Amino acid sequence: METSLRKKTCGKMIPLQGNDIDTDRIIPARYMTGITFDGLGEHAFHDERFDRFGKEKQHPYNDPRFKGHSILVVGKNFGCGSSREHAPQALMRSGITALVGESFADIFAGNCTSLGIPFAVLKQTDIEELAAACIKNPDCEACIDVEAQEVVCGSRRFSATLPESSRSAFISGLWDMTGVLLANKESVLTKAAELPYFNHFSKFAKVV
Amino acid sequence: MSNNLFDRVWDLHKVGVLHNGQDQLFIGLHLIHEVTSPQAFQMLRERNLKVLFPHRTFATVDHIVPTLSQQRPFADTLAEEMMQAIERNTNEAGIQFFGLSTDKQGIVHIIGPELGLTQPGMTIACGDSHTSTHGAFGSIAFGVGTSQIRDILASQTMALSRPNVRKIDIRGMLRKGIGAKDLALKIIAQCGVNGGIGYAYEFVGEAITSLSMEARMTLCNMSIEGGARAGYISPDETTCAYLKGRQFAPPDSEFEQAKNYWKSIASTPTSSYDDEVVVEVASLAPMITWGINPGQAIQVTDAIPKLSDFDSAERESAQRAYDHMGFEPGSPIRGKKIDKAFIGSCTNGRISDLRDAAALLKGKKVSAHVDVLVVPGSMQVKKQAEAEGLDQIFKDSGCSWREAGCSMCLAMNPDKLVERQLCASSSNRNFIGRQGAVHGRTLLMSPIMVAAAAVAGEVVDVREMM
Repeated sequence: METSLRKKTCGKMIPLQGNDIDTDRIIPARYMTGITFDGLGEHAFHDERFDRFGKEKQHPYNDPRFKGHSILVVGKNFGCGSSREHAPQALMRSGITALVGESFADIFAGNCTSLGIPFAVLKQTDIEELAAACIKNPDCEACIDVEAQEVVCGSRRFSATLPESSRSAFISGLWDMTGVLLANKESVLTKAAELPYFNHFSKFAKVV
Repeated sequence: MSNNLFDRVWDLHKVGVLHNGQDQLFIGLHLIHEVTSPQAFQMLRERNLKVLFPHRTFATVDHIVPTLSQQRPFADTLAEEMMQAIERNTNEAGIQFFGLSTDKQGIVHIIGPELGLTQPGMTIACGDSHTSTHGAFGSIAFGVGTSQIRDILASQTMALSRPNVRKIDIRGMLRKGIGAKDLALKIIAQCGVNGGIGYAYEFVGEAITSLSMEARMTLCNMSIEGGARAGYISPDETTCAYLKGRQFAPPDSEFEQAKNYWKSIASTPTSSYDDEVVVEVASLAPMITWGINPGQAIQVTDAIPKLSDFDSAERESAQRAYDHMGFEPGSPIRGKKIDKAFIGSCTNGRISDLRDAAALLKGKKVSAHVDVLVVPGSMQVKKQAEAEGLDQIFKDSGCSWREAGCSMCLAMNPDKLVERQLCASSSNRNFIGRQGAVHGRTLLMSPIMVAAAAVAGEVVDVREMM
């Protein structure tokens, strides 16, 4: 089980322009046939990176200036669409360690939290400034400090937000919730017994 | 203290508050399918954990299932491997599996309600964003990721922050030829594709209470396309009548008791909300998307918007949509020539959708240049359609009548667009590449609009054919 902390994540950036970048664009569904998440990283943004002949298109992932960088800078509503965890898995496996953006879709943000991928929400003008800084000097580094809720890039300091539950998970290292939930097993069994439909009027109800 | 359905059901299922401030929420019904569950079972194995309540999880296969022939083994070896994984996982855990060898397989959001598993006042989770469909019954239903599937299998609970609740107040009645799909697209166009982030939507109004259960499912299904993880409608007599007699619904002897519970959780006119939005629908025309997200939708009678119609934040997406779709800004959407038509999906693959489409197609032929796929949402829908002779109407008109599955909604199976084909589709997403071709193009609309477009060979206003 992952136990390291994610209080502060630093790295060089990849500026990805555009709003409403959906999960099908992050990882096309045809690469999801399989029973593990292995190998998803190489297909991240596949259809935006390659044309039908497999030739590279213009995309920050293909840009030598951003090769090997680990912080993805995005716009509004990033990760909308499917609930597939394949999307953050693909990003993580392509080398992304954190995201900063104007906003993130709910399920995507929850999946990032479950995987310990920090994300931070900045206002539009700050995202534009970060992206511009990164294009001007691709080797500049940004640090996402979830504890202080700020992103630092060079001499610039931007105020950042993220849901308190995600922030707490990244600070404490407790984003894998299975153990936490199972620790309350007695309360879970009590709750099950209380639910009106659980024992009284449902054919398939059966407490183990 | 709020007193709407969402908060009542949430409180009833809340186990406690976790260290991170989230609630531990009990999940009354967990549905799984072949794409997002195998990794979760693998994680349980690695941790030597068991499924806590195997009788509260139900499984089926839908995303990867071919619709032309369901003969095993599948030609796609990876797809076959996924089939074997879910068979093994459900068998080992003691989870009931509605696979291809039963007569109950189908799209997970179609079979849940069909079997009576989906009931009011439940919390329902599934590793699929269109789980919001089940909110039609007055349940809290939402999509989850694979890590949360693992959590639910292990503990029947998950960690979640309570969203805000927005009342979507529908004013006016829908006119003839206008249905739940049009309503859904109208709401998303008005509130925006990201307008629902952080919210659950409660749909209210006379137009809502007069919708059938199947139409309510279509509406709630599309909540997530507006960013709302859950959407719901309070249960009423329509809900109870739909459930009575279904396989997993409360038996007659206990039905009244169940109804009492269902009624007790319904929102009332005095319920309070975090936010309210009014949507006027009295003069609504059939809706259709012109772009690359479900919010880029207009009435079929309208012209495709110009760049100057958008505010600066939306222009990049609009430009991308013009580039991908190849449409001239300001040109009418009517008359766009289509290559393919798809009737099906968890949004519009139910028997009422097929009945409506068949009524329109009866005695007509689909255009010679249009390839039309009609895909029932479940084996039960297929059986019912065939009993009513709908399959014959579809075949006579030149459509391909298929086996149950997700089909061309997301192209994780052999049903796909090719090249730049333009598809009139009753599905839920028009994202670039969604229907299996990088350059393929999708126009979302109601199933009767798809049927009308298939006959005309181009986008038309279905009302002219009714």
